[in-house]
Amino acid sequence: MDKPSAAQAAYLAARKRHRHFVTAARILLLVLFLFVWEAAAASDLIDAFIFSSPSRIVRTFRDMCADGSLFRHVGVTLLETVASFFLVLLAGTACAVLLWLSRRLSEILEPYLVVLNSLPKSALAPLLIVWLGANMRTIIVAGMSVAVFGTILNLYTSFQEADPDKLKLIRTLGGSRTDILWKVVLPSNIPMLISISKVNIGLALVGVVIGEFIGARQGLGYLIIYGSQVFKLDWVILSIVLLCIIAMVLYSLVSLGEKYSRRWL
Amino acid sequence: MDPLLTLQNICYSYHTPGGETPALENISFTVGEGEFIAIVGPSGCGKSTLLNLICGLVKPESGEILLRGEPVENARAQTGYMLQKDHLFEWRTVYRNILLGLEIQHKCTPENLARADALLETYGLAAFKNSRPSELSGGMRQRAALIRTLVLDPDLLLLDEPFSALDYQTRLSVCDDIGIIIKKEKKTAVLVTHDLSEAISTADRVIVLSKRPGRIKRIVPIQLDMEDRTPFRSRSAPNFKDYFNQIWKELNSYG
Repeated sequence: MDKPSAAQAAYLAARKRHRHFVTAARILLLVLFLFVWEAAAASDLIDAFIFSSPSRIVRTFRDMCADGSLFRHVGVTLLETVASFFLVLLAGTACAVLLWLSRRLSEILEPYLVVLNSLPKSALAPLLIVWLGANMRTIIVAGMSVAVFGTILNLYTSFQEADPDKLKLIRTLGGSRTDILWKVVLPSNIPMLISISKVNIGLALVGVVIGEFIGARQGLGYLIIYGSQVFKLDWVILSIVLLCIIAMVLYSLVSLGEKYSRRWL
Repeated sequence: MDPLLTLQNICYSYHTPGGETPALENISFTVGEGEFIAIVGPSGCGKSTLLNLICGLVKPESGEILLRGEPVENARAQTGYMLQKDHLFEWRTVYRNILLGLEIQHKCTPENLARADALLETYGLAAFKNSRPSELSGGMRQRAALIRTLVLDPDLLLLDEPFSALDYQTRLSVCDDIGIIIKKEKKTAVLVTHDLSEAISTADRVIVLSKRPGRIKRIVPIQLDMEDRTPFRSRSAPNFKDYFNQIWKELNSYG
């Protein structure tokens, strides 16, 4: 490769400086926040019993790791979130396909789907607990309820936007509606499915935590509610920190899946 | 010899809540084996509808369309259709795009796969077998689309303005290309176009349709004074411009 010109080198250096500055500022902000929090708690500026402190959280984390309870709570929440995420993907795609196959059905169901989609799903959670009992299945259904209607509507809309000429091509090649589904509609909607997934993973977590608030004996949502009731706010804040990390990790996993599928497609 | 394709008194209208729009009226013509027919007419005269009817995608309201003496609905597999755009699927390789029709008709036999390979080889796409469609030029893409149709070995090819999405220069060479391939494969073809030069340079007969509702105004047999006729060379035939003027007048006259 040729050596870049002086101007190009200066441009690249400036870009690099900018990137380093942003990264450094991000880390600094976090460290500063933790430091101020810790210092304020240590000097009794804030009540550590209510506001906790980084060191108390680390201690709580260590204790809960030692007795294994933390793994159980995190594991349960993770399992429920991942399960409802995949079930939404499956059920949502299946329903969207059904709607696409029958124009009449979709026309009949459309207003109901729109209402269900705009309904605040947290309102359903208490009902689900009563109907299905306080168990993991209920929490998974609660997680699904947040994302599933939006998934159906978005996917169905996107199915309908398939290029009519591509559909005609399949028909001129002697294909049926099933061929159109498998050869055009589904493959052309994989990018859509991925972008819906990126939203859904966050929504599933929201639904699961809401479910755990109301009807669970384990999981981070349970830990938050229980902790706030018995004034163990270290638990509450630790759970929130862990939820942040879980949300981040799950989102990155979906993005990773996106990159992988791009290469594969 | 019996004609390959016969249309008898075809009528067709579009229906919308606002009313009925007649699109085609009393269309009758025949196409012989190996013949190349071009259909021209003002936009909206039902040219594309006519192809949809011949292909059996829609049914005429009255009249009959026979392919080798059989109603076209029973002979769907014998017609190949080329659309305006190539519609190669980006999520498939060139090769898998070409096999699309075979897959749909469950005809992926070793002989047919060998045919696909041979066609790719003959028409210069063998090296791009495993490429994505986006890596091909506009002309190559259209050639791949034609192979996708040819691999099904149709008796009749329907071409719905297959060059109109290309820029002018590509268009001339692709038209030449496709015209030569069709002659070489000894296929019968019906081309719909609004480009008069394209129609005259490719066709053995040009059918001129009137404004909506489309009726046949005239059928002009094209006899260019030249040997080894190809679409591109046809354009320099001495009597090319005579045909052009004749059809031009036909298109612009009222009644």
